[in-house]
Amino acid sequence: MITSNPRYLRGSYDVIVVGGGPAGLEAAVAAQETGAEHVLVVDREPEAGGILLQCIHVGFGLHRFGEELTGPEYAQRVVAQALAHRIDIVTDAFVLDVDSQRRVKLMTREEGVSLVEARAVVLAMGARERTRAAVRIPGARPAGIFTAGMAQRLVNLYGLLPGRRAVILGSGDIGLIMARRLTLEGVEVAGVFELMPHPNGLNRNIVQCLHDFDIPLHLSTTVVEIHGHHRVEKVTVAPVDVDLRPQMERAWEVACDTVLISIGLIPENELSEQLRLRMDPVTRGPVVTSAMECSLNGVFACGNVVHIHDLVDFVSAEAMLAGRSAGLFAIGAPLRPDNVRLLPGENVAYCVPHTISTEREHAVYMRTRRMLEGCKLRLVAPDGRILYEKRLRYVFPAEMVNLKLKPAILQHFHDDALRIDIVGRSAER
Amino acid sequence: MRFDVLIIGGGIVGCAIARELSRYRLKVALCEKEVEVGFGTTKANSGIIHGGHHAAPETLKGRLEWEGNQLWDELAADLGFSFARIGELTVALHEEQLPVLDRLLHHAAVKRVPGVERWEPARIRAEEPALSHDILAAVHAPTTGVVNPYEACYALAENAVQNGVTLLTGLPVRRLRQNGELWEVVTSGACLESRFVINAAGLYADVIAAMAGVQSFTIRPRKGEEYLLDKRLRGLVKRVIFPCPSPVSKGILIIPTYDGTIMVGPTAEDVHDRTNLATSARGAQLVFEAARQLAPGIHEKDVIAQFAGLRAAVEGEDFIIGPTAKRGFINVAGIQSPGLTAAPAIARMVVEILKDEHLKLEPRDDFVAKRPASIRFAALSTQEQIALALRDPRYRRIVCRCEIVTEGEVLDAIERGASTLDGVKFRTRAGMGRCQGGFCTLRCMELLAKARKLPLTEITKRGPGSWLVCARPEEESTGAV
Repeated sequence: MITSNPRYLRGSYDVIVVGGGPAGLEAAVAAQETGAEHVLVVDREPEAGGILLQCIHVGFGLHRFGEELTGPEYAQRVVAQALAHRIDIVTDAFVLDVDSQRRVKLMTREEGVSLVEARAVVLAMGARERTRAAVRIPGARPAGIFTAGMAQRLVNLYGLLPGRRAVILGSGDIGLIMARRLTLEGVEVAGVFELMPHPNGLNRNIVQCLHDFDIPLHLSTTVVEIHGHHRVEKVTVAPVDVDLRPQMERAWEVACDTVLISIGLIPENELSEQLRLRMDPVTRGPVVTSAMECSLNGVFACGNVVHIHDLVDFVSAEAMLAGRSAGLFAIGAPLRPDNVRLLPGENVAYCVPHTISTEREHAVYMRTRRMLEGCKLRLVAPDGRILYEKRLRYVFPAEMVNLKLKPAILQHFHDDALRIDIVGRSAER
Repeated sequence: MRFDVLIIGGGIVGCAIARELSRYRLKVALCEKEVEVGFGTTKANSGIIHGGHHAAPETLKGRLEWEGNQLWDELAADLGFSFARIGELTVALHEEQLPVLDRLLHHAAVKRVPGVERWEPARIRAEEPALSHDILAAVHAPTTGVVNPYEACYALAENAVQNGVTLLTGLPVRRLRQNGELWEVVTSGACLESRFVINAAGLYADVIAAMAGVQSFTIRPRKGEEYLLDKRLRGLVKRVIFPCPSPVSKGILIIPTYDGTIMVGPTAEDVHDRTNLATSARGAQLVFEAARQLAPGIHEKDVIAQFAGLRAAVEGEDFIIGPTAKRGFINVAGIQSPGLTAAPAIARMVVEILKDEHLKLEPRDDFVAKRPASIRFAALSTQEQIALALRDPRYRRIVCRCEIVTEGEVLDAIERGASTLDGVKFRTRAGMGRCQGGFCTLRCMELLAKARKLPLTEITKRGPGSWLVCARPEEESTGAV
């Protein structure tokens, strides 16, 4: 795939985008279409496209392109679009720092370390995987413990295997996809173990990646110890009680040489923290307005750096919005202000954006805390008045809930905070 | 190969001895069973240079702790590794612990450790606001420091090699045989000969002693689990925080490591298996309960890595250093806390022992005390980074994003002897950050593979058996890789 490495860097840009995955590339194009003349995308890999490049399975692009694509195909389209817009893309590069004046400390192969000015900055660094330490699995530290994404990179981009018999901890989507991928490559997958009573990945992946390949999924079960001196030799797994405590008397051992950890993603916010942006403790991403602007003027964010998305298509939509806002900011056009704060209420873990305007239409993304059936999503005013109600058949934490919020709903709403509740019957067994 | 002195064990003690002996016109070999030095107890050490007042003055430990402490400034300056005297507080949480503080003050007075004083709660709160308000009093020692133990170990080994020491790694000793004036050292590979054998084999020192026919002690491994916390807690405490010690251990400490990460631990659990480096749910619980008594803000959710190490404890708990009934066989055993602190003093003591045993020690006039320090890109100012990257294109690519480690640093580590992924990690910090190698592992493996002209499937985590990746089955069978 051709990406454009500009022959030289300008001393200043209208917009600098940190991260050349789908979020960064879509934001760059949108910024340019809005009027920003010089847009630079910085990516740390040799090729732009982000994690999509290692996601060789299909399932991408139904919303964005109206057809089902593989990850590399989706990436190729957004890269081609950016190139057609003459966006500067510098790869194998790294943003070391961004200061509050939006001076970007950049490392590139061509020019070494340099300081470049930006009128607006878009943060699109994506996410990293949670590691073994996040769940503190006791035991030895042999070779053979990988995050699912790293194993995916190894298999799909390097043509190598992480081992010969694997156990997968966590039923996140990447772990499910890798269960299938490894099986197809001749690696025996001894089972997928999920601490929670419900899977943590999309239902279609449970069916297509596990059921279709007869890979056992053990719910309410977790890895309690990893054994092996040089290389993983086996794991001890145990069912957990309702308080998620392992029941050691019912534990058993599974022989394997590989453990894949697929326990979710964390927004990658080192730069956001260096910039001291206001962060949402639940999403672990920056607090954003409906224009995807962070708590520092001229700094915007989109994609998994803000919150973890299920589908890249939603990342694209969010990124176009962030890019348009960054473009407007860069040319000095005013951003229209928000006047209402969105508050996550009953059974809602978070909602993004954090503020909206009663004047405009918004896409609001949220995640629920528990599995519920026969639910109602409600918008509730501070006085308890229900402004809007929408029926949902079921909700569960692994699937993002989207709400199109139209000005008509908020016509007679004059407060400054709006709560979102999702109520229903518990569907946890 | 024939040597004057052969050291068995390439931990911090063996490496310090090798470097000390490299000052003299001698043929010295350092023989290590692992593929790199520092891969045993050293790498799992807490990294504290103890203040000098912990161990009782009448013990060998007590003497060498303070002697060793005073040698670290020069060592760090000469060998270019990180060392900072950040000080420590030993805190008393209960009335009955107050006499322990008095004992520490007494040790300090007897050993003439300067600046050790008692702090009352007001001073403790002002200096260390994160500490518990239940603390009744503390002893402050400004002499305590922190190092990265593996970094010190690599620096010593490199400088020893620079001065002519033969470093033999991946070579476990199988048998020892006395043959007149010489010891025959049979290894898994070559058979070596040496006039003197120094037993610095750490956890296996009793096994080596038995090979020499000197069975005077047994190593009783004592496990310590340590938990590293996320860098955002940097600065939570400024000094190393000790509870009042018990007879078997110094208790659960809060350690601000040289790199700014907070570490809590270690536990102290007697185990039988010398290869058992597993952490446990119970260990974690013990560590965090104890750490929270010292600083209530410490929480499990901030853990980025956990590991365990084994202390080479012996009955009597003191160091065993000296000649044995077998001429030319010298024990340096039972070296546990404060072994790291004492290592440079132990090395000097071993030189004195060798002198007493009639080894002729002529100083070399070409001894080079200084070793060029490794570059740490992340620690440079922006102007220095710009100049470095301009001068050397290897410093224009990031390998580890969490710790901001450049390709140049990884290549430097490989040139200096890193041959495994852990070797690169301990030398550069690549993979030690919050993503725990998710990003950099493959990049480091590629650099190792390229430098050593090996396929990726041959790169290991820490030597034989710890393979990281394998080829696809059909490619394996046709030999296509």
